[in-house]
Amino acid sequence: MLSIKDLSVSIHGKTILRDFNLEVNAGEIHAIMGPNGTGKSTLASVIAGRDLFDIDKGEILYMGKDLIEMEPEVRAREGIFLGFQYPVEIPGVSMANFLRTAINEKRKYHALEPLSGAEFLKLMEERKKLVDIHSKLTNRSVNEGFSGGEKKKNEIFQMAMLEPRLAILDETDSGLDIDALKVVANGVNKLRKPENATIVITHYQRLLEYIVPDFVHVLFDGRIVKSGGKELAIELEEKGYEWVRKEAGIEETL
Amino acid sequence: MSNVTENTTAEQHMLKLFHANFEQISTLDTKPITALRQKAIDSISEHGFPNLETENWRYTNLEPLFLADYHIDFSNQSRPFDIEKIFTCDVYDLDTFSITLLNGWYVYKNAPLTTLGNGTIIGSLAKAMEVYPDLVNEYIGNATDINQPGLAALNTAFFQDGIFIYVPDGVEVEKPIQLINIINSPDPIMVHPRHLVIVGKKSKLTLVHCDHSLTHNISFTNSLTETFLAREANMEFYKIQNKGANSAVINNSFIKQKQDSNLISHTLVLNGGFTKNVINAELGEKNANTELNGLYLVDSNQHVDNQLFVDHASPECHSEQLYKGILDDEATAVFSGKIMVRKDAQKTLAYQNNKNILLTDEAKANTQPMLEIYADDVKCSHGATVGQLDPEAMFYLRTRGMCERTARQLLMYAFAAEVVRKITIDPLRERIDQMIEKRLKGELSICDQCVLHCNSKEPTVFNIDVSKL
Repeated sequence: MLSIKDLSVSIHGKTILRDFNLEVNAGEIHAIMGPNGTGKSTLASVIAGRDLFDIDKGEILYMGKDLIEMEPEVRAREGIFLGFQYPVEIPGVSMANFLRTAINEKRKYHALEPLSGAEFLKLMEERKKLVDIHSKLTNRSVNEGFSGGEKKKNEIFQMAMLEPRLAILDETDSGLDIDALKVVANGVNKLRKPENATIVITHYQRLLEYIVPDFVHVLFDGRIVKSGGKELAIELEEKGYEWVRKEAGIEETL
Repeated sequence: MSNVTENTTAEQHMLKLFHANFEQISTLDTKPITALRQKAIDSISEHGFPNLETENWRYTNLEPLFLADYHIDFSNQSRPFDIEKIFTCDVYDLDTFSITLLNGWYVYKNAPLTTLGNGTIIGSLAKAMEVYPDLVNEYIGNATDINQPGLAALNTAFFQDGIFIYVPDGVEVEKPIQLINIINSPDPIMVHPRHLVIVGKKSKLTLVHCDHSLTHNISFTNSLTETFLAREANMEFYKIQNKGANSAVINNSFIKQKQDSNLISHTLVLNGGFTKNVINAELGEKNANTELNGLYLVDSNQHVDNQLFVDHASPECHSEQLYKGILDDEATAVFSGKIMVRKDAQKTLAYQNNKNILLTDEAKANTQPMLEIYADDVKCSHGATVGQLDPEAMFYLRTRGMCERTARQLLMYAFAAEVVRKITIDPLRERIDQMIEKRLKGELSICDQCVLHCNSKEPTVFNIDVSKL
């Protein structure tokens, strides 16, 4: 589904990802772990289409299509979803209004009729139930005044509404208490389908107790230095990132 | 009226005009009003009009406005006619008691004042000067500072009519009163409407003041409103401006507030060639509250200037200012907001915020927040931003599948919504909401009649989320 080859990315001349490679197939959950500042969020942004970065070399293929040339909204309509680490507040625009606009833009792209108000409301209720979100957040303005946990739950709810083929969750677990974490993990698990894939970006192993990954990759200095199964996450928890750094022979920066 | 020549300044020209027409100008005067005019004339001779070196006028150039060859109606030229034939305000479901001024004069010449069942008096100021001279004399000129360069003195010298509202003590005026200022003149015209609003103890009034132009001709409106809020009085004041590119509007608003009174003001500038709104609120007794909200959406080479002065002259008063603007093309905006906290005004709460979004490199916003504090136990803050749409927010929307255009419109709408949702009159808020949405899509224009009168009688559906997308 997603194939990243020899990708190098920089910002203001500073290289963030170097010769990065990743293959993600349908049905898989990949966890990308690593200390702060190693390029995890940059990877998420680049896949979603943020134009802050310079792509110096390499390619990103998604469903066989060149992603780099695609506008972020086209990527979204093609099924890529980014769950933000810091979801943006948009006062004055209701969640319902926002999601209906988003869904209908996607439907239009796929030459589908727009959802009527009633169909939309029905879908919203159904998805709220699916991801166990009972709060009235859909009546409020997008993320406005939401707590950290509510914002992250709202990202999962949006994901449930938009039904992506490839979801990238950028530090969705950061700042969550255990209950919110369970709601987020539960949502991701319920939305899992054989034809979809998920990339979970996280600093800690904790989330991976609830979302069990097929692959774990450790990102260091802009590239994957170690990959393994779910047991790698546990090992990391025990031994810390220092262990991987030494093993990979990477000099200590800072 | 001949225009300003190389040998005469605008001041000299206006003074000459005043003296030449003094008899007509003062026909309806009470003695104190004539005396007030004389003071205003003296002030103009002494201080002149503001120029680019005058405080609060550094970014707003008045000079070009005086170059046109204006006509002034020194008597009420309104003929009996059905105003609704040329103008209807169709804010959907907005039920108001409306008063219309045409070229600065009450449209129904010599009409008696209207006294509502609850004792509220509404009508033409010229008539009020004749019927209730004592009441008018007691208030007129008392809130206005004419001793500085500015157009308050010019209005005071030249005004002849406007509206008069008197709400007795203990009366809640249910329907909003709507003042519609229409300019309709084939020739360039200068008008000086003067409004006097008196709200009694524990009374409540909502005033909606709409500025319209019916033609694309050149006009210069220099209006002045004096408002007096007695103890525990509540007033909500809306100013809606949607004028043609050739219209210049200067609006001076002076408000005096007594103990426990509340004022909420909303200034919404949707269009206008040249607009300057000045609000001076004096919190003269303790626990008076004032909330000043503003929104301006300007494009092409429009210029809008909002100047606020909140004077905390007594303890325990509370003021908030929130002004937001979106500027496109080569539009320019000025915000100067001053909060004065006097020595005795302990426990003052005063906040001010001005935010601007520039959509082009050519658009310009000058913002000058000012705090002057002489008391020590106060909480005050001010902030100002000039920027572009938040790229992070743009990206967020696009990752949800929205195209750049939709995302921009949604964010601009959201930016404006913070001010719009403070409008408490539901039908007005909904209509303004639609107008802003249209305005942001570039679909709102000045209709030949009214801006609030769009061609369609059907309310426009809010369609950023349009299901047809």
